[in-house]
Amino acid sequence: MFLSMNWIEDFVDLSGIDKVELIHRFSLSTAEVENEIFFKGKDISGIVVAEIKSVEEHPKSKKLHLLKVDTGSGELTDVVCGAPNVRVGMKTAFAQLGAKIGEITIAPRELAGYTSYGMCCGESEIGISDDNSGIMEITDDVPLGTDIKSIYDVEDIIFEVDNKSLTNRPDLWGHYGIAREFAALAGRELKPLECTELSVYDNLPDVDMKIEDKLCKRYSTIKVENISRNISPVNIRIRLYYCGMRAINFLADLTNYLMLEMGQPMHAFDSRKVEKIRIKRFDAPFTFKTLDGVDRNIDENTLMICNGNTPVAIAGIMGGLDSEIVEDTTTLTLESANFDAVSIRKSTVRLSHRTDASMRYEKSLDPEMTIPAIGRFLFLLQKYDSGVKVVSRLTDEYAEKFPPVTLNFDQDFVDRYTGIKIDCDTIVNTLEGLGFKVALDNGNYTVDVPSWRITKDVTMNADIIEEITRIYGYDNFEVNTTLSPLYPVRMTAVKTNEEKIKDILVKKFNLHELHSYVWAYNDELKELGIETENNIKLANATNPNIETLRNSIIPTQLCQVKSNLSYAPEFGIFEIGRVVNGVDENNLCIENKKLAITLFSKTTNIKELYFRLRDILSFLSLDLKHTELTFSTAEPTHSYEHPVNLNKIILGSKEIGIMGIVHPVVNKNIDKKGNVVFAELDVDMFAESADKGITYNEPSKYPSMEYDLSLDIPAEIFYSDLKKCWDDEGKDILRNVSVIDTYDTETIHRITIRFEFSSNERTLSSAEVQEIIDNITANLSKINVTIPNYSS
Amino acid sequence: MDDKILKLKEEIENKLSDTVDLSELDKLRVSYLGKKGSITALLKGMKELAAEQKKAFGADVNKLKEFAAAKIEEKNNELKKKQVELEIKAMPKFDISSPAKCACGSYHPITLVQRQCETIFKSMGFTVEDYSEVVTDYECFESLNIPKHHPARDMQDTYYLENGQLLKSQTSAAQNAILRKYGPELIKNGTPIRAIFPGRCFRNEATDACHENTFFQMEGVMVDKNISISNLIYFMKTMLSEVFRKDINVRLRPGFFPFVEPGFELDISCLICGGEGCPSCKHSGWLELCPCGMIHPNVLREGGIDPDEYTGFAFGLGLTRLAMMKYEIKDIRDLNSGSLKALSQFTDDE
Repeated sequence: MFLSMNWIEDFVDLSGIDKVELIHRFSLSTAEVENEIFFKGKDISGIVVAEIKSVEEHPKSKKLHLLKVDTGSGELTDVVCGAPNVRVGMKTAFAQLGAKIGEITIAPRELAGYTSYGMCCGESEIGISDDNSGIMEITDDVPLGTDIKSIYDVEDIIFEVDNKSLTNRPDLWGHYGIAREFAALAGRELKPLECTELSVYDNLPDVDMKIEDKLCKRYSTIKVENISRNISPVNIRIRLYYCGMRAINFLADLTNYLMLEMGQPMHAFDSRKVEKIRIKRFDAPFTFKTLDGVDRNIDENTLMICNGNTPVAIAGIMGGLDSEIVEDTTTLTLESANFDAVSIRKSTVRLSHRTDASMRYEKSLDPEMTIPAIGRFLFLLQKYDSGVKVVSRLTDEYAEKFPPVTLNFDQDFVDRYTGIKIDCDTIVNTLEGLGFKVALDNGNYTVDVPSWRITKDVTMNADIIEEITRIYGYDNFEVNTTLSPLYPVRMTAVKTNEEKIKDILVKKFNLHELHSYVWAYNDELKELGIETENNIKLANATNPNIETLRNSIIPTQLCQVKSNLSYAPEFGIFEIGRVVNGVDENNLCIENKKLAITLFSKTTNIKELYFRLRDILSFLSLDLKHTELTFSTAEPTHSYEHPVNLNKIILGSKEIGIMGIVHPVVNKNIDKKGNVVFAELDVDMFAESADKGITYNEPSKYPSMEYDLSLDIPAEIFYSDLKKCWDDEGKDILRNVSVIDTYDTETIHRITIRFEFSSNERTLSSAEVQEIIDNITANLSKINVTIPNYSS
Repeated sequence: MDDKILKLKEEIENKLSDTVDLSELDKLRVSYLGKKGSITALLKGMKELAAEQKKAFGADVNKLKEFAAAKIEEKNNELKKKQVELEIKAMPKFDISSPAKCACGSYHPITLVQRQCETIFKSMGFTVEDYSEVVTDYECFESLNIPKHHPARDMQDTYYLENGQLLKSQTSAAQNAILRKYGPELIKNGTPIRAIFPGRCFRNEATDACHENTFFQMEGVMVDKNISISNLIYFMKTMLSEVFRKDINVRLRPGFFPFVEPGFELDISCLICGGEGCPSCKHSGWLELCPCGMIHPNVLREGGIDPDEYTGFAFGLGLTRLAMMKYEIKDIRDLNSGSLKALSQFTDDE
């Protein structure tokens, strides 16, 4: 919203104050002002009122005329002018030699063989409107030679306030409300609005008006005849233009002017078209042509202003084409109303049509404003069109009032909330400057909130703090730390585990952390041959490709692998993110935090890649939980899982995730040559699992004994089966078992295992070691594991 | 002196001067001084001499023995020294400028920025909380004093799910749960609530270089008796100076958010020009950074905390925005692109 400093100064005397500095303070205390401030008319000088004394055709040009103009100096000036509206006796704006318009300085100039000693100006050239149809017409009563800046408000400071920062301030949608803020900031008086006293019309008949719907909070109207003026005074047009509106006709301009001045949208109906005002909704939808000529679909929720049963305006949004003010309108019925803010906002959204009026109504305007706005409108109408005649009394229906708000608090409350000392005089002056009524009794404040602040903005004590502090200025605050006691910060297990997992994966295993979206990308998955699995969906997805929430990160990572094929022949990625797996018995989403890892390689064979992933997972468990992970065969449940080598990941006794190889069909769709393995585990379950911690084993002072066994292992036997053969045979002296060699041919799978024995109490005898070895070999032979006979 | 002795001495001197390596020298030592060596042999031959000759001969042989031992030791040292010199010479010069091989993984830039912030807040006594992404209308709006018809609830801004829940549109959605989690300790023991909760948020909007439907924020709250606006300014200034690792000026402007009162927009002095005015701050000297404010009494009450007794502040930092500022990432979509070419550049940055 653009604001005019001239307009503000109509209501508050700011003489002697740096305006730009004040605008800056307004930005810090009230609402955000955009950076650029416009100094209108600053670059205009030397333009005076002149009369055209003669007009001759230019012999060589159809467009140009040769004029003689009088600036009141007694001498006539020769001017060559291209404007179509030149005529003898016309008064216009004339830029004399030496005059400045922006960058241009007026000098004698040759135009098709004739010299022009100055320039007649149009309004757009002076920058006071966008009218470039001809030179400016100036009324007869202005003496010749008068500088136009002394009769018109060409000079002004215009600044723009970010509309969003006014969302909660319905009172700031007009210059008068803004002026109140400036007055409070500058410590000056706010002048009252000059209004016509409406009670003098009390004996006239009512306007036929009735609110038939509770969405209309208040409707005030009055009827005026004998309007003769058609074009608005220049200064009104300049203000409208500077504030971003176009002049239309006097009555339309005046309603807009009132809206910009008081924030109250108004509508002027041609009284010939509107005799019986009814405010209501319709049961069935219909189309309605608004004054911009657009047919709009009106539904049963949209409040309408009607003439009897005929709709004439969309309440609070826009008038209809049929009832608008036209050239020959001489009587008007003025609407100054208040509507339900939510209803207006919803209608605006439904119609996709936001107007200056609806923008204001949806902020919850003060219904007390409708009558002063009519008084002000009449004042201006009568001032500029003295023949008008009011033909009705003020007709007002006030369907719903906001209850008054009175707040009680004490000095201690303010001190506590602010953390600084603001004395009571400052508090009282600030609040009174903003229109609050304040009674102070021994440190206790009783504050009546003005009507323009109670509609949504100031309703409780905390709101008063804002009023006091923003005017006081946050820059003036003394800054203090709290006196709160300190306690050690306890981190949750999930948080610490998560960070350590990331460090291990990045620093030890060179994996890359990626982020992705919480929904499945159907199209991308389909390309890999993966159907999006059934899961809870977004209710208002704008893109059907992303409507289903993901139940696992793995499919997302498979897409990421594919899109990163050109990055490197081998890489690993991980993400800690959230997935949703349906809803629980209360219809609430079951959400889990997962760690997903996917490894891709064109250079490492699938077995090695598979074990690399297994070792990563095992390391996480050993490092963070000091516990060995175990795995057990799983049955595939997702289309991307290879049925062989799919494992449940088991930590302690809990199944915390799954690891496996990508299904060959999906794998080929990702890359024909690359191998892909994946794992996903539940981070919360992992974090909840207790860390067994470090148990220290004192190194033995006695010599240890090593015993190596080579074993030929049948295909169906796994290492976990071997392990069972010695797990219970150690008798406290088998300290360590390790695989020191493997030998594989097509028929033989042979490994060499080293058993390490030691005791902290004594030197071991060969006999006791041999006894254990014998037991182990006996156990091994039971599962058909044999010791190769090298001699044969 | 016996001829044999003189001859042997001469022979030793000659042979030693011809010796060039240590094994040869060792052989030489054995051949003279070993059990079967020629000097040892001289001593053994002494028993054939007369008693009066024995003494002088014995002394001479011992002198020769000492002489030989000393000469051999001397030669030994000399050869050892030469050998070390040769070893040193044999070492080739390696190319230290060749490229280092340090394969390295990478963190997501959000992780890096989030960790930096968490470290700072932890050091100031804030706990770090985690929260779900799917939340209820109550958590995201109602408990935060966002009335039923507030524009923030409009369908076009929030992703709603079929079951009526929604994807949280702001980290504030965790505020109520955190007040309820720590409120009892505040009330019982006077332990102030100090918590941050980073998290992923979602807005139903079209994406472009500056807009994402999925982004990270970090909310912070502090609640205790007598928490004031003055405290809020102190914490924001102190923390942001740490975040940006320079002395930051902050300024507050009124800003409207339903869950705070008063609410503020917090600006920081421009990081590029320091407040002088430059193109990146549109010549204002300030950058709008984050919303903050005093927690609205209704929000405290809804969290089980009496607003007449306790006050608090809250703020919301845009982690995605911070990451973009810090690493000069121009297109917000890079962050969720999953592109390793873009994201593998973010190694550790503590």
